[in-house]
Amino acid sequence: MEGSSNLLDEALGIFHDISSSSSSSLPSRSCVLIEDCVETSGAFVIHHILKRSLSSSASVIFVSLSHPFSHYDRILRKLGCNLAAHRDSGRFFFFDMLMLGCTDQSVGNIHTGGLIEFYGKIQKVVEDIISSSENSKNITIMLDDFSLIEVAAKGSFNHSLDFLRYCYTLTSEFGCSLVILNHEDIYLGEESLTPIVQMEYLANILIKVEPLATGLATDVHGQLTVLNKGMIDKSRSSTNKVQNFHFKLKENGSNCFYPGTRA
Amino acid sequence: MAEATCRVLRDGALEGELAPALTIKDSILSPLAFHVFDYVLSQLSSFILAGKSQSRGLVIVAFARSPSYYIDLMKSSGIDGVSLDKWHLFWVRILDCYTDPLGWKHRLKENGRIGSSPDSSFGVTVFRDVRNLEKLLSGILELGKGIVGQGKDRFCIAIDSVTELLRDVPLSSVASLLSNIRCHGQVSSTFWLLHSDIHDTSTIAALEYMSSIVASVEGLTQLKNGQQGLLEQNLRKAKLRVRLKRRNGRVRLMSEEFHVEQTGITFKSISSEEESMAQTLVPKVQFNLDLSEKEQIDRSKVVLPFEHQETDKANQIYDGRRSLMESQNGMATEAEKTGVTENSSRGEIVYLRDSDDERPDSDEDPDDDLDI
Repeated sequence: MEGSSNLLDEALGIFHDISSSSSSSLPSRSCVLIEDCVETSGAFVIHHILKRSLSSSASVIFVSLSHPFSHYDRILRKLGCNLAAHRDSGRFFFFDMLMLGCTDQSVGNIHTGGLIEFYGKIQKVVEDIISSSENSKNITIMLDDFSLIEVAAKGSFNHSLDFLRYCYTLTSEFGCSLVILNHEDIYLGEESLTPIVQMEYLANILIKVEPLATGLATDVHGQLTVLNKGMIDKSRSSTNKVQNFHFKLKENGSNCFYPGTRA
Repeated sequence: MAEATCRVLRDGALEGELAPALTIKDSILSPLAFHVFDYVLSQLSSFILAGKSQSRGLVIVAFARSPSYYIDLMKSSGIDGVSLDKWHLFWVRILDCYTDPLGWKHRLKENGRIGSSPDSSFGVTVFRDVRNLEKLLSGILELGKGIVGQGKDRFCIAIDSVTELLRDVPLSSVASLLSNIRCHGQVSSTFWLLHSDIHDTSTIAALEYMSSIVASVEGLTQLKNGQQGLLEQNLRKAKLRVRLKRRNGRVRLMSEEFHVEQTGITFKSISSEEESMAQTLVPKVQFNLDLSEKEQIDRSKVVLPFEHQETDKANQIYDGRRSLMESQNGMATEAEKTGVTENSSRGEIVYLRDSDDERPDSDEDPDDDLDI
């Protein structure tokens, strides 16, 4: 598992430090957008980044709208990472927002401030982490998945994008990195793909998870396209790399490889 | 060409004229407009610092990127001759519509839900209500006047990006904001950024009418129709097409290629490789390969054989066998009649096959029976 997903790590800019035998987390201030579709779920990328972030020294704020904690706990245990222990040690913060947008809940009307409150909670946690640790830590904020925020905002993409923009400001203000999962195909029916395009402009790493272009195969589960625009923020170097992989999902992880290198 | 654009912005507006405005637009397949924006910004800054431009100051309205990004940009672009720490004291102000565009943080802070973040640095003003464009306009102008004073000195305005603005407010209000900016007596020039694939064509057209220069970033390599794909080439280099409306009404179209590099972007005239390639592809010949207009008209008049030469007559191509059958059945009497009248005037080929048994083109060798 450790060596197998190196391609994805490399594309994301996660580098293994051999001397300390620990990997780094996502580059700070990066914004990763994962686009998947019904045929091929991109959840494994989320799990992968989650594991990488926790195995480095980063803290993770995980906003889940689609699954309860137990779901992630089970999966990450297979990947060799104990979420419950990380949660207890104060490095993993889980927001269970499955009920976000349910009108009879205490969350209240989303239009008049539900998302604002919610954003406030996230920023509070970020501030707490920053103030509690002496040396500046990496914080990864993960959102699984964005389409459900839209549902909670009663279908108003604009309002949910406002929320996302506010989360995005945390990247420049506190040096957090942001990981968002969204579905590409839910916007396909509309006359234009504008919502997803707006998010693509925001992200500096874009990962597209698609079924195999040439059809189904037993040993290839799909293909990944990773576009890394590089960090124009810090060193002002812009690498702009596009990479294509195939992947295979396994019980305890995923396997990425260049097309044609595995039979 | 990019230089020409910057020069127009540098020279600014004449008394009683609208300030020149530049639209920089791109699309997601080649999203490099920000690089061009940065280029124009740093060019203008160096002009202002050198005292070469009409404007004495610069107001950046930051929607899409954080103010600290712009501060770093100014520092890294290596503007000499000023102390870099206090560079922004004198001639740059940033209106920060990025950090708290809707006032959420302000509200949360008042309720004590989040801590108060450190105060924004000097030269940066946080704006908390982007939906109120009148306030935004007065905010921008106030900052500008803060630099140059109330006199006759002018300043530049850079807006990144109008796309963000259009998300919250209707086009009519944005258009009035932009035209108010251009009308203002103390504005020397202005430029803004636009992501063209997020808006309708009507919106883009409206904004292009309002700008004297349109610079659009286009990918060099286009995929075939219907194919949407990310191409690494398009992310590293692109074509910049500039449409420049002069004061005298003339329009200049220019295009240029640029590469995104570690240090910024470098422009290259497009002719160098592509055009020379196109020239060598056409061989040098003694005669003219093209047609003149008259030749083309003459050519279109030529009636090709087998076309309808007499318009009232159906087009028939003789295939021997069928017309024989028709005449046998007595169905083609009229055709026969007309054939007779025509016979007198023009020549005719009469062909009657010997028998129906023999196929017109039989595969058999006619010399089969010869014993050679």
